[in-house]
Amino acid sequence: MTQLDFQTLLPLTILTVWACVLLIVDLFIPKNRKGITAVLAALGLAVTLSFTILQIGRENSGYSGMVVLDGFSTFVNALILVSGLLGIALAYGYVKRMGLERGEYYTLLLFSVVGMMLMAQAADLIVVFIALELLSIPLYVLAAFSRTSAESEEAGIKYFLLGAFATGFVVYGTALVFGATGTTSLVGIVGSASNGTSSLLLTIGAALILVGFGFKVAAVPFHMWTPDVYQGAPTSVTAFMAAGAKIAGFAALLRVFATAFPTLATDLTDILWALSAVTMILGNVVAISQTNIKRMLAYSSIAHAGYILMAFVPYGNKDIMPISIAAGLFYLVSYVFTNFGAWGVVIALEKSEGKGLEIGDYAGLGRKYPALAAAMTVFMLSLIGLPPTLGLVGKFYLFRAVIAGGYTGLAIIGVVTSLVSAYYYLRVVVTMYMKDGEPTTEREPMLDFTTAFTAIVTVVVSLVPQWLFLLASNAVLKLF
Amino acid sequence: MNEWLYVLLFIVVGLIIPVGAIGVAWIISPKKPNPIKSETYECGIETVGDSWVQFKAQYYIFALVFLVFDVEAVFLFPWAVKLGQLGLYAVIEGIIFILILVAGLVYTWRKGMLEWA
Amino acid sequence: MVPVNYYIILSAILFTIGAVGVLIRRNPLVIFMSVELMLNAANLAMVAFSSVYKSFSGQIFVFFVIAVAAAEVAVGLALIVEIFKTKHNINVDEMNSLKG
Repeated sequence: MTQLDFQTLLPLTILTVWACVLLIVDLFIPKNRKGITAVLAALGLAVTLSFTILQIGRENSGYSGMVVLDGFSTFVNALILVSGLLGIALAYGYVKRMGLERGEYYTLLLFSVVGMMLMAQAADLIVVFIALELLSIPLYVLAAFSRTSAESEEAGIKYFLLGAFATGFVVYGTALVFGATGTTSLVGIVGSASNGTSSLLLTIGAALILVGFGFKVAAVPFHMWTPDVYQGAPTSVTAFMAAGAKIAGFAALLRVFATAFPTLATDLTDILWALSAVTMILGNVVAISQTNIKRMLAYSSIAHAGYILMAFVPYGNKDIMPISIAAGLFYLVSYVFTNFGAWGVVIALEKSEGKGLEIGDYAGLGRKYPALAAAMTVFMLSLIGLPPTLGLVGKFYLFRAVIAGGYTGLAIIGVVTSLVSAYYYLRVVVTMYMKDGEPTTEREPMLDFTTAFTAIVTVVVSLVPQWLFLLASNAVLKLF
Repeated sequence: MNEWLYVLLFIVVGLIIPVGAIGVAWIISPKKPNPIKSETYECGIETVGDSWVQFKAQYYIFALVFLVFDVEAVFLFPWAVKLGQLGLYAVIEGIIFILILVAGLVYTWRKGMLEWA
Repeated sequence: MVPVNYYIILSAILFTIGAVGVLIRRNPLVIFMSVELMLNAANLAMVAFSSVYKSFSGQIFVFFVIAVAAAEVAVGLALIVEIFKTKHNINVDEMNSLKG
């Protein structure tokens, strides 16, 4: 191991050591003081984030080409770490109120973040597999974290069984790709494929890997688990899962397909086109009939997976790919902030008996808690893609990239489904302002802060989005 | 197909020895059955009820912890074989790996999962 | 020497049995066994290809799959035991408190 290897994975190493140490330290923290664990976990994420930011501009590969460090991985890692911090902030008061306060919550969350970061840096299918499992296994446990609630356990087992099923596809796909090319490294695969050994085996392998990641990012038709898991899991876990697992899944998809399988673009573009269109349509249409806010947001997250998948459709086109990746990353940023904010409002209204999760429970919120209702309005507007929010800017860049790639039909489907989605998002806003009710909310400083912070980011960044898009444009994928 | 002949030979010999031993015993043994002798436990107590009973969940945790530690050892075998050629770097890496396993053990122990409570 | 194609066909059959098993069986333990079958089908293919290419990375991958699958088994069995403790039933058809 050289110093260069070490520097490539420095933030990841720090966080791994921190998580392992925290697991032991937590044993000596008294049961009623588990807030200390939360603070320590957040501190670890903050330290890691600062080291990640120091890595900006560095590009190299390490550990014999198993991992890479490039603009793309740095950008994605920073986003994942911010999601981790927001996830801890949302959980801080929530787990106490729900009687779930155990130190393992935060340790598992850190391990999951480690897996997501490794996913962004993976340059070998073996590492992709390990990262996938490292991010998934803690999430299975977190989904079932409320051990007394049958719903949470049910969510955990469903997530686990379908996640393990998806892993099977990824592993078998990797085996077939190895069979076709004789290597598992992304660089080696692309080298072997450009020698003209593009075979049926390689195509099937790539398709199986696509199926596996389709499960992870909840793309239709591999989305069946999403509503149940999102509804049953503790809400703070759902928020983290919706953001983190999506970022990591899309990062891996982008990395693997754009660097290793560009030769398969002609075969896969149509499939990705169809996946993206079906995901947008089904997610938005089924969300209309939901009355439970957690389920509605789950279908909304499926629909957003469809929008982000749009960024993949032109991945074989060398001229369009950089802006489409940048647009995809920008959309992920906007989704992360909006998502955490919206789930934060849901957490504020959730009662410990599992009540307060119907859309009807939001009636009267606008009169009684104007600030919270205003924040929720911002998030709903952002999810639709209306001004003045990040969602609009994200969709604008995304549709522009897709049209530039020559897929106007897909962009039209995107616009139409966004209009459809306005119906169910605005229904929440209408309920908050037009209907009478006596909602009660939980006031927790960390929760209020998170909701306010994400709402401000969603609005303010949308007014000056260029610098963020520039950052995303610099986040290029490198081949070593 | 010569190499497969050995496999066939092994199967045949592997069958002859146990079948032969049991068969010879069956042929030459005296047979004087009586009711006490043909009980399930000749010198024990008859079982009562179903044998499908629930085990204490404690056993599960033992089994799960054992499973993880047992399988992690798979990484130590290639490491141990090549240790001499890889030098100090591999030794340190191995120590780190084992330290992580020890951290897991400490966690299990402090959680009280190693007690037969 | 058995031709490598035989191994690949066997592994494809095993993978298919596993995938179909996940979709049609109703007991989570059996579903989980089917998932293991899928993983082991991949392991078999990996080892077979590894011997074709005289490359060790396939075998290393199998090591990782085995170790990670064990971690997954530990989590999965713990979840199933917990569910059995609360519901005294683990049939996935009766896990229907979440729907809409």
